[in-house]
Amino acid sequence: MKNKRDEHLIALDEFCVYYKIEQNFVWSLHEVGLVHIETIEDCNYVEEENLSALEKFIRFYYDMDINIEGIEAINHLLEQMNEMKHELTRLKNRLRFYEGE
Amino acid sequence: MEFIDYYKVLGVDKNATEKEIKSAYRKLARKLHPDLNPNDKEAKARFQQINEANEVLSDPEKRAKYDKYGKDWQHGEEYEKAKQYQQQSYGGGGRRQTFTSADFGAGDFGGSDFSDFFASMFGSAGGGAGRGSQVKFRGEDYNAELQLNLTDAFTTHKQTLTVNGKKIRITIPAGIEHGQTIKIPGHGGQGINGGPNGDLYITFSIASHPGIKRQGNNLYINAKIDLYTAVLGGSVTLDTLSGKVKLNIKPGTQNGSTVKLKGKGFPVYKKEGQFGDLFVTWDVKLPEKISEKEKALFTELKKLHDEK
Repeated sequence: MKNKRDEHLIALDEFCVYYKIEQNFVWSLHEVGLVHIETIEDCNYVEEENLSALEKFIRFYYDMDINIEGIEAINHLLEQMNEMKHELTRLKNRLRFYEGE
Repeated sequence: MEFIDYYKVLGVDKNATEKEIKSAYRKLARKLHPDLNPNDKEAKARFQQINEANEVLSDPEKRAKYDKYGKDWQHGEEYEKAKQYQQQSYGGGGRRQTFTSADFGAGDFGGSDFSDFFASMFGSAGGGAGRGSQVKFRGEDYNAELQLNLTDAFTTHKQTLTVNGKKIRITIPAGIEHGQTIKIPGHGGQGINGGPNGDLYITFSIASHPGIKRQGNNLYINAKIDLYTAVLGGSVTLDTLSGKVKLNIKPGTQNGSTVKLKGKGFPVYKKEGQFGDLFVTWDVKLPEKISEKEKALFTELKKLHDEK
């Protein structure tokens, strides 16, 4: 019987068949820490919450021909961009406080 | 409907090889892909153009048709139809029906991702299947703005939104900030050719509150107290977002001075049980109209003060 945590795991082999990709690719992402592969009783799983990031990495690799190192760099820059966006929102709100809007 | 020069879009020569087309497409995709340009509408529009150009030029059949008619594609279509009609009329075999975008309606395939020119020449769906032989791409991301007031943002609550005719119920966590954007995965436009759906981005606009100012997780209010309470001390009950708060005022409280109420501010986003602080600035109100007796007493007080 699946427990609550297992319900959020997707079997790696099924995932790869569905997306028509090689398992090695997902393992490479796992090795550089971009996704996490969970092994339970000899079966490998990816977490559901990683799905959107994983789909993005698939597009980078297969549609844009970007290698793993490139994906790692892009992901880092996108994370930085996101942090800067949050910082900008925070600063705008601070300005709004002092301007008394 | 304007002719689109797909070779120009990809920046390749008319004699470009399949490899050169693929390489040009990937080079541009790396620059313009929506994953790399979040919320950039211009990049997205250009990406759709290069995607369309790739769809045509990387498929030998489509490329041949495109090359055959070029700028005269409209006449070419008429010529093809006439030829088909002739074949049917003079025993040219079984009836082959062709569909254009008009037969299906652009909405069936999220047709807005292809230009009218493409839809007219090839139908709106494109064609092919599977990774490598056909470009799958994710649906359009939708952006929406949601207005909240400060009281709404103070508590975690649910709201039902209508996005493109579909109702979705979302949970808005307490502590959301003005200008903050949250992503609702998979609630954007439908994916093309089996690609994933786009995401829905909701940006919150939180209206200012007339009596409460917010900075991050801290709240700031001004509270009026009378002169006598400020001089002699006392207590006051204040209305805050978390309910009424009774505060003791120490004797000799100065106008403009501030007290901090720890943990009485705004909830910290997605950190249950954590709150910012509430800062109360005292606004000491002096009496405007005083009776003769009060005036006499104030004069007496002044004398006492001057004698010190």
